[in-house]
Amino acid sequence: MQHLYEVLIAPFVDFAFMRRALAGCLALSLGSGPIGLFLVMRRMSLMGDAMSHAVLPGAAVGFMLAGLSLPAMSLGGFVAGVLVAVLAGLATRFAGIKEDASFAAFYLLSLAIGVLLVSKSGSNVDLMHILFGSVLAVDDAALYLVGGVASVTLITLAFIYRPMLLESLDPVFLRSVGARGGLWHMAFLMLVVLNLVSGFQALGTLMAVGLMMLPAITARLWSETVEGMLVMAVSVAFGSGLAGLLLSYHFELPSGPAIILVAGLFYLFSLLFAPAGGALPRYIRARHFES
Amino acid sequence: MKVILDNITVSYQRHPAVHHVSGSFVTADATAIFGPNGAGKSTLLKAMIGALKPDSGQARLDGFARQDIAYLPQQSEIDRSLPVSVLDLVATGLWHKTGPFGRVGRAGLGQAMDALEQVGLADFATRSISALSSGQFQRVLFARILLQDARLILLDEPFTAMDAKTTFDLLELVRRWKEEGRTIIAVLHDYEQVRAYFPHTLLLAREVVAWGRTEQVLTDANLKRAVDTAAHWQDRAAVCQVDGVNA
Repeated sequence: MQHLYEVLIAPFVDFAFMRRALAGCLALSLGSGPIGLFLVMRRMSLMGDAMSHAVLPGAAVGFMLAGLSLPAMSLGGFVAGVLVAVLAGLATRFAGIKEDASFAAFYLLSLAIGVLLVSKSGSNVDLMHILFGSVLAVDDAALYLVGGVASVTLITLAFIYRPMLLESLDPVFLRSVGARGGLWHMAFLMLVVLNLVSGFQALGTLMAVGLMMLPAITARLWSETVEGMLVMAVSVAFGSGLAGLLLSYHFELPSGPAIILVAGLFYLFSLLFAPAGGALPRYIRARHFES
Repeated sequence: MKVILDNITVSYQRHPAVHHVSGSFVTADATAIFGPNGAGKSTLLKAMIGALKPDSGQARLDGFARQDIAYLPQQSEIDRSLPVSVLDLVATGLWHKTGPFGRVGRAGLGQAMDALEQVGLADFATRSISALSSGQFQRVLFARILLQDARLILLDEPFTAMDAKTTFDLLELVRRWKEEGRTIIAVLHDYEQVRAYFPHTLLLAREVVAWGRTEQVLTDANLKRAVDTAAHWQDRAAVCQVDGVNA
């Protein structure tokens, strides 16, 4: 018992930075988990990845103007991400290009500008910080940001849940009853950007998308209902955060990759054993019902 | 309340699929749109609900508001891999009452259940939509139309790939809608269905070949004319001058 306490509980009791990181992970899970799930359901799983690259030039501009300042970099990242989403949305709407293609085009443009800016202005250490972040260095400001974004995300999702779900399910019907599908879609993309930005101080731009997508994809393997998947996605995300933090504490690993790797292990396990789509349950079939 | 086509032309890459079509549909009755493949039938329906923008002219749905119209596309773009129950899908037909945020409530779910009962799928309410056959799924979509309670119902080839029983059951719903004074416009390919259930027919081959009482429209001479017109395709057509301008 004593040993378990030492391993699982003591780090959080003894160190404020660990408690802070845990709180950050909880907030991130509550925001990113549901957002990731909707990305998966809308067949936009790779969109999060694209958007995480798209925020880079904004963060870099923030860094050039204000140094390693969280508000400046977050605001810059948010503006850049929304800009890419809007431009890609406009290209899809007014030119004959599919959404995934126009997102690919604009995020690459954005990424190139970002790398250019970072290499002109900062040292490699700064670049590493922007790309990989550190959840163990989360300060009050970052915690407020992550908590605030999670709250905004959950409240907004509660409002746009039905039109958004219906837009993924049956866009033609939604249009035929005169609802503006595009509007909900844009609101949703804003939330995606917001959550990536909030994850970036803690996990870095590259890793933030991992906590968004891996738990969501895992959740799909466990549940057959949207509600069940939502609960599952948030739980897996928070579980990964908790386990990842402990691993990083005990073995002196960088926290971001540790968290994402745990989420990845959850996913690999589920791929084999999860009841609603895992390989083994599909292979070993239960005896069918009477006709 | 009237559905009027006013010299409407809809084209793909400048080649018209619907070419200067004018006329009006009989309100509170059923009209079939009949014609060979490529005659512009689906295009016309899409232009009527505003999903396609006409090159010129217009389709006017006088006196019909958005919530008065139900549209069933030829191939529904419904993502059936999503974890949605049959009852929930049917309940989306209440959108005109709930809007994006309103409550469906016990009464709404009761109505949805009732609609499922009427298409013979009450037992399937809690099943996932991915578990349905295409015939069952079409029944579900008809249940949703029941719930929409629309004055104007547009159906694009609703019975393609349906077995005789399903077709019959759904056609009986069409008959009931007609008796309830709703306006039904359906793209169909089956001669017998049109004759039995649709008093009016628009025979289309990009242009109006004939439009009126079904028995007067579906004559051998008209049908042959429709096939000949639709098959005719000019790769290097001259610019159309029908309206005196380049339209």
